[in-house]
Amino acid sequence: MAVTTRTRKSARRRQLEAAINYPIDWLEERSGLIGGLRYFLFRKVPGDTNWFHTLGSATLTAFLVQALTGVILAMYYQPDATVNPATGTSAAYGSIQHITNDLTLGWLVRGMHKWGASVFIILLFFHMARVFLFGAYKYPRELNWIIGVILLVFGMLEGFTGYLLPWDQTAYWATVVGINLNGTAPILGPFLADFLRGGAEIGGDTLSRFYSLHMLLLPGAIFALIGLHLYLVIRLGVTSPPWSREAAGTDWNEKPSENGRSGLTQPSGRSAWRRNGGDA
Amino acid sequence: MEPQHGDRPHSPGPSVYPIGFAAGVACILVGLIINPKLIAPIGAAIAIVFGFLWARDATKEFRGAPVHPVQPERGGPPPSTDAAAVPADQGEAAMPEPEPGERFPRSKFLEFSTLGLGGVIGGLVTVPALGFMVIPAYRKQGYPMVDLGPLTNFTEGKWFVTKFFMHPETGDVSHRTAYIRNNGFLNGKPSLTIISNRCAHLGCPVQPNGPVQDNQAKEIKGKNGQEITMIPTIPAGGYGCPCHGGQYDSEGNRVSGPPVRALDRYDFEVVDGRLVLGKPYSVAHVDGEGKNARIHKYKLTGPGEHVDGWEQIFYPLQPPH
Repeated sequence: MAVTTRTRKSARRRQLEAAINYPIDWLEERSGLIGGLRYFLFRKVPGDTNWFHTLGSATLTAFLVQALTGVILAMYYQPDATVNPATGTSAAYGSIQHITNDLTLGWLVRGMHKWGASVFIILLFFHMARVFLFGAYKYPRELNWIIGVILLVFGMLEGFTGYLLPWDQTAYWATVVGINLNGTAPILGPFLADFLRGGAEIGGDTLSRFYSLHMLLLPGAIFALIGLHLYLVIRLGVTSPPWSREAAGTDWNEKPSENGRSGLTQPSGRSAWRRNGGDA
Repeated sequence: MEPQHGDRPHSPGPSVYPIGFAAGVACILVGLIINPKLIAPIGAAIAIVFGFLWARDATKEFRGAPVHPVQPERGGPPPSTDAAAVPADQGEAAMPEPEPGERFPRSKFLEFSTLGLGGVIGGLVTVPALGFMVIPAYRKQGYPMVDLGPLTNFTEGKWFVTKFFMHPETGDVSHRTAYIRNNGFLNGKPSLTIISNRCAHLGCPVQPNGPVQDNQAKEIKGKNGQEITMIPTIPAGGYGCPCHGGQYDSEGNRVSGPPVRALDRYDFEVVDGRLVLGKPYSVAHVDGEGKNARIHKYKLTGPGEHVDGWEQIFYPLQPPH
């Protein structure tokens, strides 16, 4: 009796598994995405990676929080400098007040976006410090360092353009100083300042210009560069920390790898994976 | 022969159930307009029946029911097991190989024309868009003439913090402040010192180093109805900037701190006894004071830009304003 019950149960289980696997196989057959995801998530990394290696993912998470909260804030925010004669305030500042004081959870989402901006920049610098101190920018990962520096610049530009959007005194004067600072660059500075202002003086055009840069141009570029950054991380593999015995080939607790090399001294994670027989 | 990846026979094969389901949905939509009580429920019944049959048919494979796979529809005779398939790199080329000695084969022509045409189309789209992004910022906007009320309001020899709007319709963004002193007459013409409060370092608003007599503030109306505020002040210690500590004397000359030149000034006219503000201009420095001041005057430049001295070579061009 017990045997028949088990067979019946396992038949149902097989049916259930088939039902779960069917859409996954369907997608895999048509796109190869499942295999790609599996390759990404189960790729080999050095055994002595540590918590410092998570700073990059932390920065990515902070950016995704900014993207998500920003998209939702854009549903309520109005990049409009026109003064409402009834209230005497601009539409932009009025919409910020509305988000913060009137709308359900608006204070929270705006707060997440505002404080998350600082978290993002701080994590960027921590991640950069980790890469620098671990020597992870060295051959063959120089290009990824360069992409990271561009990402840092774009992140700072996000901060600069986002700071104007509340359209209050702090925002206005900070942007006056920021733009005039750019204006003092030799030769092209005055033209750069006019480009940023959208004219000779700060006004409504500056606000909508900064809004467009802040929510369309810069995030788009950042998303594309993050894609490239991650592609190179996967292609080149993760570095061991500088104190890694495994990387130095002196770890007597572990069986040494066949070629005696790993971590920093191996050309790439992928070739190591191939050398080890390529079995994931 | 094992079918190649992506070229597997589809199972279950095509059936009429999805078509019946679609017809049922169409019947519901039409019925909602023509006769919601009769035709729409009939459509719903058709859709439910065919939807059920479709779902049953589509899940046949993992419910363990017998499946009749259908071969993919492809042109040509059914694959024979006798003849081996020809690999793609060994068959006949789609395009004939170039003749030996041919310098510009057709394949190259097609390659270049595809790239060239793509480039032209891309340029046609992006160049106007980029131009629209950049060029409007350099339009010559000009400065409006701002009427500041009767000249008699400006007592001779006294300083007034004068607040006005460059473009009243844009609100606080166009709020400007000038420090104005009436110097009396010079050669029969009125003489005024009108100093802009825009710091010559990075553009913060400079403040008078001395009492600002707010209790004597006066609101006056300009000619176009805009509001102007005049507050008497005694800038005995000149002017100071709250942002980075730049200091100026009462004529606007730099005394200390990061500014690179003196404070900007405004041109003016007196029309029918009223003071009308003109274009601002930049000042390297001022010799003397009051009506006898000699102003080293330059075209308006942004804060932080040198107008004289060797550093002026860094700012040879200014956008048209």
